[in-house]
Amino acid sequence: MTSTLNPTRSSSAAKKPAHGNRAVPPRKSAITPRKSGLLTALMVCVAAYFLLPLIWLAFAATKSDTGLFTSFGFAFASDGFKLFDNIASVFAYQDGVFLKWLGNTALYAGVGAIGATLLATAAGYAFAKYEFPGRKALFSVLLGSIMVPLTALAVPTYLLFSGMQLTNTMWAVILPSIISPFGAYLMRVYAADAVDTSLMESARIDGAGELRIFWQIGLRLLAPGIVTVFLFAVVATWNNYFLPLIMLNNGDLFPLTVGLAQWQATSTSGGGGGGGAMFSMVITGSFVSIIPLIFLFLYLQRYWQSGLAAGSVKG
Amino acid sequence: MDVMAVLSAPSASRAAKPRTSASKRVQNRAAYLFVTPFFIALIALVLLPLGYSAYLSLYREQIVGGVSFVGLENYITAFSDPKFLEGLGRVTTILLVQVPIMLALSLLFALIIDSDRLRASKFFRLAIFVPYAVPSVIATLMWGYLYGGEYGPIAQLGATLGLPTPDLLSQEWMLTSIMNIITWEFVGYNMIILYASLRTLPTEVFEAARMDGAGAFRVAWSIKIPAIRPALLLTLIFSIIGTFQVFNEPSLMYKIAPNVIGASYTPNLYAYNLAFVNQQVNYAAALAFFLGIVIMVVSFTVQNTIERRNQKAMG
Repeated sequence: MTSTLNPTRSSSAAKKPAHGNRAVPPRKSAITPRKSGLLTALMVCVAAYFLLPLIWLAFAATKSDTGLFTSFGFAFASDGFKLFDNIASVFAYQDGVFLKWLGNTALYAGVGAIGATLLATAAGYAFAKYEFPGRKALFSVLLGSIMVPLTALAVPTYLLFSGMQLTNTMWAVILPSIISPFGAYLMRVYAADAVDTSLMESARIDGAGELRIFWQIGLRLLAPGIVTVFLFAVVATWNNYFLPLIMLNNGDLFPLTVGLAQWQATSTSGGGGGGGAMFSMVITGSFVSIIPLIFLFLYLQRYWQSGLAAGSVKG
Repeated sequence: MDVMAVLSAPSASRAAKPRTSASKRVQNRAAYLFVTPFFIALIALVLLPLGYSAYLSLYREQIVGGVSFVGLENYITAFSDPKFLEGLGRVTTILLVQVPIMLALSLLFALIIDSDRLRASKFFRLAIFVPYAVPSVIATLMWGYLYGGEYGPIAQLGATLGLPTPDLLSQEWMLTSIMNIITWEFVGYNMIILYASLRTLPTEVFEAARMDGAGAFRVAWSIKIPAIRPALLLTLIFSIIGTFQVFNEPSLMYKIAPNVIGASYTPNLYAYNLAFVNQQVNYAAALAFFLGIVIMVVSFTVQNTIERRNQKAMG
C-alpha cells in the first residue's frame, strides 16, 4: 500500500516503515493546495529562532577567547579561524579528559538505551499479544510509573546505591537508565498493530516456540517501534545531567554534560588563573558534543517518525 | 478506535483467542517471561526507591542523637518553608505561562507543516526539531552566552542599532530567559508528536469539508485539532511532569549568574542542595516526595477534567 507514492503526500509515504504493514494508509489527496509564500516566509522566521543559536555556536567555536569578545556573533573573528586549534585544545586539556567524557557518554547512553529497549520491547510485546492472568493489574502499575517523577527517586536511589557501593561507578548511571515505562507503553501500542496475531498462530501450528516467534517474527515487525524507543532512550541518557551529577564525583567517570558544566563553573569563577581561557573550550566542547546526536536523529528519522506516529495517536 | 483515553489501557481486542489449556499455559509462561525483566527493574529502580523516599521523609536528623521519627512534621515544615513555596510558585508560573505558549506554538507549527501549503516542509520540520537533540546543559550554556552582555549577539545587535537591551541574566529577566530556553528545547519534540498524529488522520473528511467550502483554518480548528486531542493531552501531561521537575536550566544558570539564582530557585534544585550540600537528606526526601504527589495530582486532575469534558462533548 505504501508503494503507491503520491507526489503531494510524499513526505507521508517516506516516513512509513519499509514493509508497510501499519494500519495507517498513506493519504491520498485529490486537491493539491497552493503553496503559500506568506506561510513559508513566516516559517523561515520560526526556523531562524531555532537554528540561529546553533549557528552562533558554530561561529563561536571558530574563535579564540579574544576573538569572541571582539567580533560580531554571526561573523568570523579577524584574528583567524581557530576551530581546529580549539578542537585540539579541547581534546588535549587535562590529558584528554574530554575524550574520556565523550566515551563515557556514548557508553552510558548506548548500554542504558539497549537495556531500556530490550526490557520495554519484551514487556510491550507481551502486553499487546498475550492474554495472561494479572495483565490488567501489571499494566496499571506500568502506567502509574510513567507519572513517577525522577525527582522523587534521586535521593533514595543515591542512598540505596551508596549502601551497595555502586555510587561513583558507571552502573550508578546505567542502571537507572534501563527502565523506561513510557517506552514499554509505546511498544505495547505499536505491537498491537504491527504484529499480526494470525501470523503468530500459524507459526505456532508450525511448531515454533513462543520465544522463537518473538525473536524471528516479533522483533522484525517491531523494528520502527524499537528504533523509536531506542533513540529516545539514547537522548534521555545522553542528555541526563541530574543523575550523573549526584552519583559521580570522580572526574574520569563524568559524562559530557557534567564535565562541561564543571568547565563552565571554572571559567565563570575565573579562579585558578587562566580561568578566562575556558570560554572557547566550553563553547567548542559544546559544539563537538551535540554533533553525534543530531546525526543519529537525521540518519534514523524514517524509523523514529513512523514509530512515533503509531505511539502518539492510539491508546 | 477509542481516541479519548490517552494513558489508559487500550482494548485487548487483538489478543489471542481462547485456546486449549496446555498451549494456553505455555503462552502464559512466555508472557511472564517477557514482562518479568521489566518488572524486576521497575521494582528495584522505581518502586523500591519511591517507598524508601516515603520512609525517609518521616524521619529527621537531630543535632544530637541521630535520626528520629517525626511523622508528617517534615511536610508541615515544607508548607511554611518560604524557599520551597517560592520555588513552587516559580514552576507554577512556568506551567501557566510557558507551557501554554510552547504547546500552542507546537500545535501551530504542526498544523502549518501538515497543511501542504508550505514549501520545503521537511526542512522546517527538522529545523524545529533539532534543539531536542541538544542536551539541556548545552542549551543552557549556549543561551547563557547569547544572553550575556559582553559578547552576546543580542546585546551586540542592540548596541549596533542603538537600542537599550535589558540584562537578560538579571533578577527581573531570569525566569523569562529560562522559559525561553525551555521553549526552544521542547517545541520541536511536542510538534513532532502532534505532527505524527496529524499525519495518521484520514484525508477524506478534510476534503469533504474543503469541497463544502471550509477554509484551512476552519478545517484545522473544527476537524484536525479535535481529532488529535489524545496526542495533545499526552504532550500536556508530559509538560506538566517536566515543568515541576525543572532542574538543569536553573542549575546551569547558577554557574553563570550565581547571585540571581539562589540555592532554591526551583523545588528540585532546592531538594538537591538540601540533600547533597546541606546533608538534610530526610527533609529533601520529604520535599521530593511531596513534589511527586503534586505532580501526580495535577496530572490526574488535568487528564480527568479533559476526558470528562470530551465525553460530554461527544454526548
